[in-house]
Amino acid sequence: MTCREIVEFLRAYLDGELEQETRSTFEKHVGLCPPCEDYLRSYQEAIRLGKVCEAEDAPVDVPDRLVQAILAARKKTD
Amino acid sequence: MSTPTPEREDEAQLLEALRGGDESAYERLVRELGGRMLAVARRFVRQDDEAEDIVQEAFIQAFKNIDRFEGGSKLSTWLHRITVNAALMRLRKKSRRKEVAIEDLLPSFLDDGHRAEIGEPWTERGEDVAIREETRTLVRESIDRLPDSYRNVLLLRDIEQLDTAETAETLGITVNATKTRLHRARQALRELLDPHLQGGGVA
Repeated sequence: MTCREIVEFLRAYLDGELEQETRSTFEKHVGLCPPCEDYLRSYQEAIRLGKVCEAEDAPVDVPDRLVQAILAARKKTD
Repeated sequence: MSTPTPEREDEAQLLEALRGGDESAYERLVRELGGRMLAVARRFVRQDDEAEDIVQEAFIQAFKNIDRFEGGSKLSTWLHRITVNAALMRLRKKSRRKEVAIEDLLPSFLDDGHRAEIGEPWTERGEDVAIREETRTLVRESIDRLPDSYRNVLLLRDIEQLDTAETAETLGITVNATKTRLHRARQALRELLDPHLQGGGVA
């Protein structure tokens, strides 16, 4: 398995979609190839950072005028 | 049969009040779930005024269809889906943002299958380390540089936590296309973050 294939199979590997044999070959390669190991780690870190950085720090408040606008719009469409 | 939890019972009561046209029930729903919906809409459009329009559209649509809500899922899950759809609809109408072609953001390989450019590894960082504002901005801006068709898959799968089938259905694409786009979007995000995070950058 080449480094190109490792990168190609990464998502399937993380989602547990690889057959046992391919999975073993994948893991063996990653264990022996520091650039692929780094790539796998940074790929996972990019996913994590996306999640963390897109989350709001605190619960978002609905501005009162938006609440009123939504309730008013509901009455109009009733 | 499962015993209804207090939350479930509460939701059943709320639903009954909504269907009965109880004004205070509508207000309660907007106040309780509006904030989360606003956060979702902001992730897609990034502008507060547009996000508010989306939430308003989503609520109006939900109110109109409240009789069709089957109660198989939670009200919050149902409203989340409606908000996502309203946000996607809004994005489709908008003029295209300045995007980078996805091919330019994927790793390149030598003929022998090795990666062409290998930089420094990213520094290991504990999950409990607080995220700096600079990192937050960098990550959000990087996500915004992805082409819409990739950005939307990344947002739906990795951030909004829809599963592959739900994402495919929401976007009207196949399950295989969803998987491919998700992988490319993540690789592209990694690539955009790479120069900043090699050897312990901003994060």
